[in-house]
Amino acid sequence: MDVTRSSKIPEILKTHEAELLSEWNQELSATNTRKGLIKEAELKEECREFLKLLRIAAQSGNLSNIQAVEWREVREMLTSISRSRSHKGFTPTETATFIFSFKRPLFDRLRQQLHDPAELGDEIWQATDLLDRLGLMVVEAYQKSREEVILRQQEEMMELSTPVVKLWEGILALPIIGTLDSARTQVVMESLLQKIVETGSEVAIIDITGVPTVDTLTAQHLLKTVTAARLMGADCIISGIRPQIAQTIVYLGIDLTDVTTKATLADAFLMALKRMGTTIARK
Amino acid sequence: MQKIEELKIQSSADVVLVRQAVRQFAIEVGFGLVDQTKIVTAASELARNTLDYGGGGIVKLETLQEGGRRGLRLTFEDQGPGIADIDMALRDGFTTGGGLGMGLGGAKRLANEFEIESVVGEGTRIIIVRWK
Repeated sequence: MDVTRSSKIPEILKTHEAELLSEWNQELSATNTRKGLIKEAELKEECREFLKLLRIAAQSGNLSNIQAVEWREVREMLTSISRSRSHKGFTPTETATFIFSFKRPLFDRLRQQLHDPAELGDEIWQATDLLDRLGLMVVEAYQKSREEVILRQQEEMMELSTPVVKLWEGILALPIIGTLDSARTQVVMESLLQKIVETGSEVAIIDITGVPTVDTLTAQHLLKTVTAARLMGADCIISGIRPQIAQTIVYLGIDLTDVTTKATLADAFLMALKRMGTTIARK
Repeated sequence: MQKIEELKIQSSADVVLVRQAVRQFAIEVGFGLVDQTKIVTAASELARNTLDYGGGGIVKLETLQEGGRRGLRLTFEDQGPGIADIDMALRDGFTTGGGLGMGLGGAKRLANEFEIESVVGEGTRIIIVRWK
């Protein structure tokens, strides 16, 4: 690539902005299959804004490094477009097409204005390189906003999945579903201890029926929770230990002899009632 | 037909993925619920060790067919600091990381075959096999 000759692209963007815009709009509305998701006027406005910022950024003469400070506004605008596209339900392809569809109008214009084949080749290469980078940036921003959603949902799920329920006066149950990792244990422990204080409960049943794998770390977390509850004056019963989990725990060599365990939540509940001096009789 | 898969272990979310993949393999080999649980738990211990002590690494899952029996082989590899005293590391209750110290020995007891190679400063490789 000839680097001594300065690119004609900034000039073309400047002098032919209006034509480029209208051609681009045509291109976009021809490829826009999701008219229901975005209004024509809104799309036009985005094109106009992008073209304006692109023109300003291109005047700096730097067409290869979009991380540079002169491209900041373009980056910000594209990030916000990607974000809104992702929220509206566009696919990544549709989102990136916003940028890639600008190639045809720009290349047409370059072809009209430049007659030296070598120069045209260079310019098209520069233009395609620039638009590819911008397109990739759009996809990255799209991806990132999706990841943010996932992260938020994970946090929500963590809170939702650790309810402490009151089974009886003085008896709490804590059904755990899913993986018991350190972050989860922290949430579980906090909500359990809080509830013990609030209700003055003496027995807490931790049900692990919904925990698929109990390894040494899970066991350690359970033991910590039990110890903490004990310090608060509540006895813990661990229930929901399935046969295969029982065997695995034995092979792992985890010592659960200090903890009362039961196979099912129902057994644990009965035991808790007995400890409270309550019995249930059939009428 | 032999099935091979390689997974990376770089975060605790990957440990969960390793467990799920191992369970999937174990079901395909035809393991019963107890054997599934054993190999999945062993994998969970070793994957976490790879992450916590080895600074991350990979695990290779392979289904095996030998004569009439079928099995599953898991190979954990990391380029971490290595284990200075393997006998000590295998001893129950020994830990350098604040865990229960049962993971490595537990994984050995949960598997049918257990092999460990470690060079200080170069990394650790652990191979476990469980037969149906």
